[in-house]
Amino acid sequence: MASIDPSLSPHAEADGPRRGERILAFAKSAAKLIATLLVTVLGLLAITFIIGRVVPIDPVLAVLGERATAEQAEAAREAMGLNEPLWVQFALYVRDAAQGDFGKSLLTARPVIEDIARVFPATLELATIATIIGVVLGIPAGVLAATKPGSWVDQLVRLIGLMGYSMPIFWLGLMGLLIFYGNLGWVGGPGRLDTSYEFIYDLDVPQRTGAILLDTALAGAWDVFRNALTHIVLPATVLGYYSMAYISRMTRSFMLEQLSQEYVTTARVKGMPEWRVVWVHALRNVMVPLITVIALSYANLLEGSVLTETVFAWPGLGLYITNALFSADMAAVMGGTIMVGLVFICLNLLSDALYRFVDPRARP
Amino acid sequence: MKALRRDWLLDPNPASRGQARAGQFYLGWLRLMRNPLAVIGLVIIAILIVMAVFAPLVATHDPIAQNLAGRLQPPLSPGHWLGTDEFGRDIYSRIVYGSRVTLYIVLLVTLTAPVFGLLIGTVAGYFGGWIDTMLMRLTDIFLAFPRLILALAFVAALGPGIGNAILAIALTAWPPYARVARAETLTVRNSDYIAAVQLQGAGSGRILFSHIAPICVPSVIIRVTLDMAGIILTAAGLGFLGLGAQPPLPEWGLMISTGRKFMFDQWWVATMPGMAIFIVSLGFNLLGDGLRDVLDPRSTGK
Repeated sequence: MASIDPSLSPHAEADGPRRGERILAFAKSAAKLIATLLVTVLGLLAITFIIGRVVPIDPVLAVLGERATAEQAEAAREAMGLNEPLWVQFALYVRDAAQGDFGKSLLTARPVIEDIARVFPATLELATIATIIGVVLGIPAGVLAATKPGSWVDQLVRLIGLMGYSMPIFWLGLMGLLIFYGNLGWVGGPGRLDTSYEFIYDLDVPQRTGAILLDTALAGAWDVFRNALTHIVLPATVLGYYSMAYISRMTRSFMLEQLSQEYVTTARVKGMPEWRVVWVHALRNVMVPLITVIALSYANLLEGSVLTETVFAWPGLGLYITNALFSADMAAVMGGTIMVGLVFICLNLLSDALYRFVDPRARP
Repeated sequence: MKALRRDWLLDPNPASRGQARAGQFYLGWLRLMRNPLAVIGLVIIAILIVMAVFAPLVATHDPIAQNLAGRLQPPLSPGHWLGTDEFGRDIYSRIVYGSRVTLYIVLLVTLTAPVFGLLIGTVAGYFGGWIDTMLMRLTDIFLAFPRLILALAFVAALGPGIGNAILAIALTAWPPYARVARAETLTVRNSDYIAAVQLQGAGSGRILFSHIAPICVPSVIIRVTLDMAGIILTAAGLGFLGLGAQPPLPEWGLMISTGRKFMFDQWWVATMPGMAIFIVSLGFNLLGDGLRDVLDPRSTGK
């Protein structure tokens, strides 16, 4: 079914002109990619600029509060460059952002970029574990559902998925806390560690990555590790459930498509065991589009993290953004928003690149 | 009489355009009714609408009347079968009135965002060239933000409140519709009937609004129905964070947020409104799934 481009075969590399053409084509597509990336990032900054500077009636008021005197306001106006024309302001904004300067947070009195670097590992740790849960449970569930469409397994997977799409994530988190922490006491409560362990972690464990599970495992501090595990298991499961709902649904539909292909029939006719047809031949082809899905769900977890982190008092990027919101700390809100947007773009790019790596047909 | 009407609807040789359309609609309806999950979804939404319209009749109490003597009553206590909250307000009545807030948000968002998306998408798809590139780049940039985060940023700038929350959700909800509409437009823009209209001298505006936009409507409607649950969840999330509806408005997300403070002792205050959100979103998701099977022949028979 796939007509393979001759330029992709290893022999094509030997002859000179073809090779030159390929390098040129590669350079062209790379240049195009970089241009698209730049435009997207610029657009991202434009949106945050508009939200942060143009939409509020008076940005000075947002920074200084209502009790500022007229002179203070004028000084701040000058310092923020608000007397310049809008396009100059935007150019300055882009220049600062390119240097990683998103302004100073009102709440912590530190540069926003430092704050983000401090809180981001917590979010990353949570999202990674949630994605692992989603992949480990979601792919087999989707495959099982696709092998027997219409069966009770299929209905069950569909129902679990639909419930995931319909439940407010913050409510599910609260219910989890109520049952597994409040009533049963099986898991740790809000936060990343118990208070007593927090001291041990801060003082005794070298913080190389900022991800507690990784740090403590590297340092061999297993009691802190265990405590961190009891704290992360509930928020990660809640987020992982959403990821699973999405991944299983997509796996099912990709798998159904593959199972109706002729190579599957051929494999069956040859007498290959059914499990091998499904789990080896078809699944390998499903993995290609699934990479995009997994990257997307990983990115969506960042969004889910805003609410989940609020519920679980998880000191990550989401909680940072919401806390900043309530203290009208616009620089921090916008810095966090840009950060999430950048991660989103990078993940999309990464999934594109992986896609090309795994599927030769998608190469230029 | 009933059989007669059915014959008229299913007449293979409709006498008028109206009859043909009604017949098509009836066939779609029959197909939808054959899907039990979709019927459940439809029933849930019907109940929601009835509840919202007749809220004063359905509710047993005033949703904002406080009664501090009867605060935090458990469910099934006399007169309050879902219990009361921290001000002694009847949770059941607040959920009933909350359906108005939910429907209000959903209606306003679904009346604005898809129309805007449709406009952007059809214009981009029909004209192509640099207009297409520009509009789609804009769409991609908006899609580069997770929806809730962008809505949060908008609300942060505009200030909290239900009006601003709706505006923020609408501003973040249009890009997928633009994508869908553009894809549909691309498939029909070179077809013969468009060429025929062009030869008859129709202007771009006429072609877009009378001949292309209607083609895109079914796929946009499917998207909207599937998105409604997302809109409800986003609105509830904003309410939960305290950025959407403000007290004492009985918005479900906000109710969960206040109930959170008493969660470990009075579980029902946070649990009940969450159930309401869950059931309503599930209803929209079930109906959306069913509608997709009916309206989009490509996805049937999997």
